[in-house]
Amino acid sequence: MAFGSIQNVRKVFAASELTSRSAEPVVALDDASFEFDEGQLISLLGPSGCGKTTLLRIIGGLIPKTSGSVTIGGREVTQPLGDYGFVFQSPSLMPWRSVIDNVLFTMEILKRNDRAARERATQLLNLVGLSGFLDARPHQLSGGMQQRVALCRALIHQPKLLLMDEPFGALDELTRLEMNDLLLRIRRETGASVLFVTHSISEAVYLSDKVIVFSRRPARVATEIPIALSYPRSQQVRFTPAFTKSERIASEALGVVPPAEAGAA
Amino acid sequence: MGVRLAGQIGYPLLGVAVILAAWTAFCVLRGIPTVVLPTPDKVFNAFVARFDLLVSEGWVTLKETLYGFILALVVGIPMAVAIANSRALNLMFYPLLIGLQSVPKVALAPILLVWLGTGIESKLAIVWLVAFFPIIVDTVAGLRSTPRELLELAHSLRATPLQIFLKVQFPAALPFVFTGAKVAITLAVIGAVIGEFVGSSEGLGFLLLSATSQLDAPLAFAALFALSFLGMFVYLLVELAERLAAPWLPPAPQRH
Repeated sequence: MAFGSIQNVRKVFAASELTSRSAEPVVALDDASFEFDEGQLISLLGPSGCGKTTLLRIIGGLIPKTSGSVTIGGREVTQPLGDYGFVFQSPSLMPWRSVIDNVLFTMEILKRNDRAARERATQLLNLVGLSGFLDARPHQLSGGMQQRVALCRALIHQPKLLLMDEPFGALDELTRLEMNDLLLRIRRETGASVLFVTHSISEAVYLSDKVIVFSRRPARVATEIPIALSYPRSQQVRFTPAFTKSERIASEALGVVPPAEAGAA
Repeated sequence: MGVRLAGQIGYPLLGVAVILAAWTAFCVLRGIPTVVLPTPDKVFNAFVARFDLLVSEGWVTLKETLYGFILALVVGIPMAVAIANSRALNLMFYPLLIGLQSVPKVALAPILLVWLGTGIESKLAIVWLVAFFPIIVDTVAGLRSTPRELLELAHSLRATPLQIFLKVQFPAALPFVFTGAKVAITLAVIGAVIGEFVGSSEGLGFLLLSATSQLDAPLAFAALFALSFLGMFVYLLVELAERLAAPWLPPAPQRH
């Protein structure tokens, strides 16, 4: 059986839950189903506001679903399981804590903040190239560096599953490419499964074992694209025909380009 | 660097000198009597000659201000926590608090005097009343504006409500608490003086009032300056506390 199984998940926000004055309930997620294996990196790709972030929060147990089922590692998710890592679009560090104490926040909440935790935090910060910034304050770091700290905070308790919500969306292109390679390296070293929400086609293809493409709201799974590129990947892979082909399939599923004529490609 | 520093100290001093010169010139050229507006040198002389009196009366006002302010913190912050975390309390009291904030609290001074007498109790009540509102309103606002991601992060780790409060909500609200406290301490000085005006036999407010009634304008002005220094002193105390308790905050913006 698959490590993660999302079956017919539907989410309707009642009018009272919405901040806007809409009287109508909003169907954020119509019908989402997909599966993934342990250690896989899966991208959830779709237009902005299509409900993929909502799905990520449901999988994380942060918000209830209207119907359907989510099973991760054999457990049905109805509330936070406590052993996931979360990375948001903004780094969301605590300005009152130093870099290392931000990473250790996770361990404090889990009441596992011992010397081993501190050593692991130091190792992780080394791994992401921040060894000289353990005692710095978040505001002294660039956006990319802050997001690296957030990544360490999400990894320190050795989660089985990492949930990432457009984590590199606010970064400039070069930093973003750098962070993509860093994420692949970290995944290789930790073996964690990753669900990665993005609206960048090339980022999704570059990172993933499998790309789940969502339609516009109310979101449905439009198609699943297995990416037939071997790991480890480097930036050169972007210029191979296999990469371009996957990008094309994703673009077609998103309606960015018209479907290719059968046989013409 | 040295030139810049000299400018930073020199220009404000120059500004003060210009004001004092204009003040003196106005008094001398227009022949303003001392009982109406004393010249700066007369005020200065009164300040030096009656320094002991100013210090002892100032000490009274300082105590009223600080005790009342601390009382406002001690009551205001726990109440803010209760309101921010309970939907029922929030609905019951928050609109009321916002509404009461615009009531002129000093108008209650005569009533409080009747209830509590002319001692320090009535002053503490007035100071507490004026300082309490900015503290509670800003603290509630701070506790409510915790970044959503930080709350989700804590929930995703199954944090307890106490952990969320101590490690996320409260530290995130601290800058708001200090914003409220800075407004409150300024109001607290005003509250103490109003209390002394309405009924008291000591304090800088009382001294100001009695000096005016005895037509001793230089002493009245000296008391006014002492009050200003006292106000600046307590404000700086709060700012110092902020630097110590929340050193991560960026330095306060320059006020132009």
